[in-house]
Amino acid sequence: MKNAEPLLNEEELLDDLFEIAGRRTEDSENINRPPLSAFKDSWMRLKKNKGAVISLIVLSVILLLAIFGPYMSGYKYYETDYSVAYQPPSGEHWLGTDKFGRDQWTRIWEGTRISLYIAVLAAFLDLLIGVTYGAVSAMLGGKVDNAMQRVIEILVGIPNLIIIILLIMLMKPGIFTITVAMVITGWVNMARLVRAQIFKLKEQEFVLAARSLGSTNKRLILHHLVPNVMGLIVINMMFTIPSAIFTEAFLSFIGLGLQEPLASLGVLINDGFQGMRNHFYLLLYPAIVIVGIMVSFNILADGLRDALDPKMRK
Amino acid sequence: MKKYLFVRIINILITLYIIATATFFLMKQLPGSPFDEERLSNLSEEQRIEFYAKYGLDKPLSEQYVLYLKNLVQGDLGDSFYFKGQGVSELIAGRIGPSALLGFQAVLLGFTLGIVLGIIAAFKHNTMWDFSTMLVAVLGVSVPNFVFAALLQYYVGLKLGILPVAFWESYSSSIMPSLALSLIVIALIARFTRNEMLEVLQQDYMLTARAKGLSQFKVIYKHAIRNALIPVITILGPIVVSLLTGSLVIENIFGVPGIGSLFVDSIKVNDYTTIMGLTLFYSAFFVLTMLVIDLLYGVIDPRIRISGAKE
Repeated sequence: MKNAEPLLNEEELLDDLFEIAGRRTEDSENINRPPLSAFKDSWMRLKKNKGAVISLIVLSVILLLAIFGPYMSGYKYYETDYSVAYQPPSGEHWLGTDKFGRDQWTRIWEGTRISLYIAVLAAFLDLLIGVTYGAVSAMLGGKVDNAMQRVIEILVGIPNLIIIILLIMLMKPGIFTITVAMVITGWVNMARLVRAQIFKLKEQEFVLAARSLGSTNKRLILHHLVPNVMGLIVINMMFTIPSAIFTEAFLSFIGLGLQEPLASLGVLINDGFQGMRNHFYLLLYPAIVIVGIMVSFNILADGLRDALDPKMRK
Repeated sequence: MKKYLFVRIINILITLYIIATATFFLMKQLPGSPFDEERLSNLSEEQRIEFYAKYGLDKPLSEQYVLYLKNLVQGDLGDSFYFKGQGVSELIAGRIGPSALLGFQAVLLGFTLGIVLGIIAAFKHNTMWDFSTMLVAVLGVSVPNFVFAALLQYYVGLKLGILPVAFWESYSSSIMPSLALSLIVIALIARFTRNEMLEVLQQDYMLTARAKGLSQFKVIYKHAIRNALIPVITILGPIVVSLLTGSLVIENIFGVPGIGSLFVDSIKVNDYTTIMGLTLFYSAFFVLTMLVIDLLYGVIDPRIRISGAKE
């Protein structure tokens, strides 16, 4: 039997005719998926939560209406017109008018602005005072921590509402007083949480490493510890916001918050409540808006907690 | 334990002292006295002096302060400026009944309904039952109590007309305010019970209980609920706070003659002594409740050792 003629000669058998079937080192080391930051990862998880997404949309709509709403009807929130008092919702006044003939649509969105201002303020104070106070207290420890905790203990010992009411009596009721009251009481919870968390973290090796590389306390807190408690901070902030909005509305409702002709949702609900027997729409619409804001913030906070801290998921 | 209790009580006394002092000086700073110049202008000079003397307003501030503290220790909160001739202590004592009734009913209703809802939600996990319970829980936490109370009054009181709207006459007057007050309790407890139950249901001892042939009821009642409800104590604090806050506005809406409406009314008429008294009363109540809750932690869960309460 004759040997079969080879299809190719030795010289023609070149390397580039062959392909590597298995894994290639440079490919296996390649990162195929785009890198996922902690933020993107949380965002992806949040997007899967239907309730949170709907809340986000509702809040965006409310925000837009709060920004543009007061200009849409062409009336001012303090503009009275006694000839059109107590008009039910119509084409002219979309949500009707109150006892002084003021346009309810404008007043509601004007009031929503107040609520959103309170929300931003609460979040800001939580971050600025709460996180700083908690972090400094935990970081310095010892006598400083002890003294700082005594202050917190006293603040926690008094119901928040009492502090706020006493302050309001001392100063004039209004948005400034509520702001001051929140500066005093609003950050305590956050400070306690952050302190407890940083106490746990500061004994860990990465802090020791950073310290031995010469990090100052300030750098340790800002670059090493706070990023590690960021999830907790965001979650707590999201729960502070609705309770701050509630407090303002509550105070305005019992007549200690904003005063006429300024409108806040609490003031509007109180007005509506006084006249609900005959003019129920005056109560209904501000109630819907505040419930919308509160429910959305709460669901969003729940969603964020699940997204940022999967361990806490239940 | 004893040492812990001692330290806590000292702390509480210090807190209350600070609150008393702060309230006293705040009140003295306030613009406008309960005896407005306008109202006083129809009095003669002698009458006015007599008036000030009667309430000790003519003495220097430090003397008033010492007198105030002295009376305070004896449980005397002074005379009300507004309700003539009534001591604040008696005023509070006379008003506490309705508030206590409302609080008690709200807690009772809130716990019963909340626990039942929570158990149903946990057992029918990821079904419509679960979903609607959680909806109730979210709404209960989110809807401001005064909005809920106002809507309740409109629909149940005015539209249906089955319950009295704003009079405090018979027992039926207490139903709607209690309901309004209990909403947040229901929400907190239902959500809490559900989450705890879900955790407990996965425990091995639940399997054991079923395996040894216990009836469904016994499994739930003896093994699941009991273990799920131990940590309920952690949310008692928020519940007490929300009941206190809620009472202020709900008693006002429904015209309940309790301490919540007394507080709001006295603020509106600048009745300083009553405000001071109620502030102290609320604070003392709050601080003592927190103490009881902390002590209960140790009783219910011995793993939490109070003596080493250092973080």
